[in-house]
Amino acid sequence: MTSDVHKTAPKPQRSFVAKLVVRIPYAWLAAFFLVPFLIVLKISLSQTAIAQPPYTPVFDLAAGWRGIESFFAGLSLDNYAFLGSDPLYFLSYVKSLEIAALSTVMLLVIGYPIAYAMTRAPRRVQAVLVLLVVLPFWTSFLIRIYAWMNILQHDGPLNRLLLALDLVREPPVWLSTNTAVYIGIVYSYLPFMVLPLYATLEKLDESLLEAAADLGCPRWKAFWLVTVPLSAPGVIAGALLCFIPAVGEFVIPDLLGGSRTAMIGQTIWTEFFANKDWPIASAVAVVLVCLLVTPIVIFQHQTMRGVKRD
Amino acid sequence: MRKLSAFNLATLVIGIAFLYLPIVILIVYSFNASRLVVVWGGWSTHWYAELAGDAPLLGAAFISLRVALVAASAATVLGTLAAVALVRFGRFRGRLLFAAMIYAPLVMPEVITGLSMLLLFVAIAVDRGFWTVVIAHTTMALCFVAVIVQARLVDFDMSLEEAAMDLGASPARTFMTVTLPLILPAIAASWMLAFALSLDDLVIASFTTGPGATTLPIRIYSEVRLGVSPEMNAVCSIMVAVVGTAVVAASLLTKLSAARGGPARA
Repeated sequence: MTSDVHKTAPKPQRSFVAKLVVRIPYAWLAAFFLVPFLIVLKISLSQTAIAQPPYTPVFDLAAGWRGIESFFAGLSLDNYAFLGSDPLYFLSYVKSLEIAALSTVMLLVIGYPIAYAMTRAPRRVQAVLVLLVVLPFWTSFLIRIYAWMNILQHDGPLNRLLLALDLVREPPVWLSTNTAVYIGIVYSYLPFMVLPLYATLEKLDESLLEAAADLGCPRWKAFWLVTVPLSAPGVIAGALLCFIPAVGEFVIPDLLGGSRTAMIGQTIWTEFFANKDWPIASAVAVVLVCLLVTPIVIFQHQTMRGVKRD
Repeated sequence: MRKLSAFNLATLVIGIAFLYLPIVILIVYSFNASRLVVVWGGWSTHWYAELAGDAPLLGAAFISLRVALVAASAATVLGTLAAVALVRFGRFRGRLLFAAMIYAPLVMPEVITGLSMLLLFVAIAVDRGFWTVVIAHTTMALCFVAVIVQARLVDFDMSLEEAAMDLGASPARTFMTVTLPLILPAIAASWMLAFALSLDDLVIASFTTGPGATTLPIRIYSEVRLGVSPEMNAVCSIMVAVVGTAVVAASLLTKLSAARGGPARA
């Protein structure tokens, strides 16, 4: 039965083993990615309780119908109302979106020339360059941010350099400022921006540029009219790959940023670990996911289309 | 063939310098004899020797290695299955949700992944510790594995599999004797990357860990919050060296994989 299936194969009969290939990872992801998410949603709709764990129970199946009744009766939007009433949360979201958006623009401005220059290099060198860009990406965020703590400290290498070059009179304060957060994000996410840009630019058909040149188009104009529009998929992929995680960034603002306004990742962390207010932490997380859902869906759509096209 | 223009060359040099200079400075400072991090006191391996006597730090490093070993292995198996399902199974019921669950964790803020995992473990009343961190890391890393192996399977020369099946091999046998050996380097590479991811993770581990399972990044984080110290410079330098070696090895393996049986051979 199975041996001649592949010849016709629009709707193959799969063996038990083949079904497991789908079902095992499916079940794992459902149990440890989807279900936890639904639990966050439920807890964000629960009351805070002074107990261990600090919220009213998720689901009481033993109580049967009554349990289900009390499950729905227990749901409340109080936590969301609270988020709305305290400007701290609103400011935290705005700040996160602002920092992430501005960093993404900076990354694009810095990353595009690098990716473009990579495609101009000889083939052999390109492979090495890709590896050089990938390598720091796999070194932990924590260590790379720590490296910047070294550089940016008051009498650190950067201020010494600036003083030695006579660019400043007084050593400027870098740590605990928004500038440090931008430096940290741009530094950490640069590989995420360069790689997708490089991938699209590298596939670009050279003959299009030659055609433009033959028709008398100056090189800068050809770059603007041909290269830039054709690299749009790379720009979108890179921007999303940087923007989405940057919004929820925790390590960078925590170690490099100031304490005046927290980014949303820090707010979730504080609500959870310091204030032990799990329902509020969950509500903050749910709102964050809602904010990110559109970019995440675009990202998935792009990735899947990329895979199919290949 | 092509020559780099001065502008492009300068861009590349500055770009690479920007990426590497902070790490180089970190490593150089880790060999600084002076206790004051910013005052240069000559070369010394003093801080590395100091680390050898730091029992809690070594303990945390050992836990991190064990977590990374188990999580990377589990993630590789699950991620490879997921990649095969995505690439070779066409349209099956729930494929869209399946793909979504693979791509979403790649960009999901870690704080949310960590929080949701923790709430799951609390809801089902599991004691948090070594195994909860392993499960969390496996889930995160399996998505990366799936994407890498999937990319390899997509540009796989299908005629090799077709030949095996035409000669009467069952799909399972074809996979084991033809497909698997050819994608093995990609699988090995993704194992190493999963290992590096797990070894590096701070946020998800902080949420899902429990008493007695303090991983190395959690330990480092609690130290560096207090400021820069020479011991931390040394620990971080060692981690950079370990992860750097793993990634270079992984990329060489991927190259090997591409050289064997890619579509370019035809």
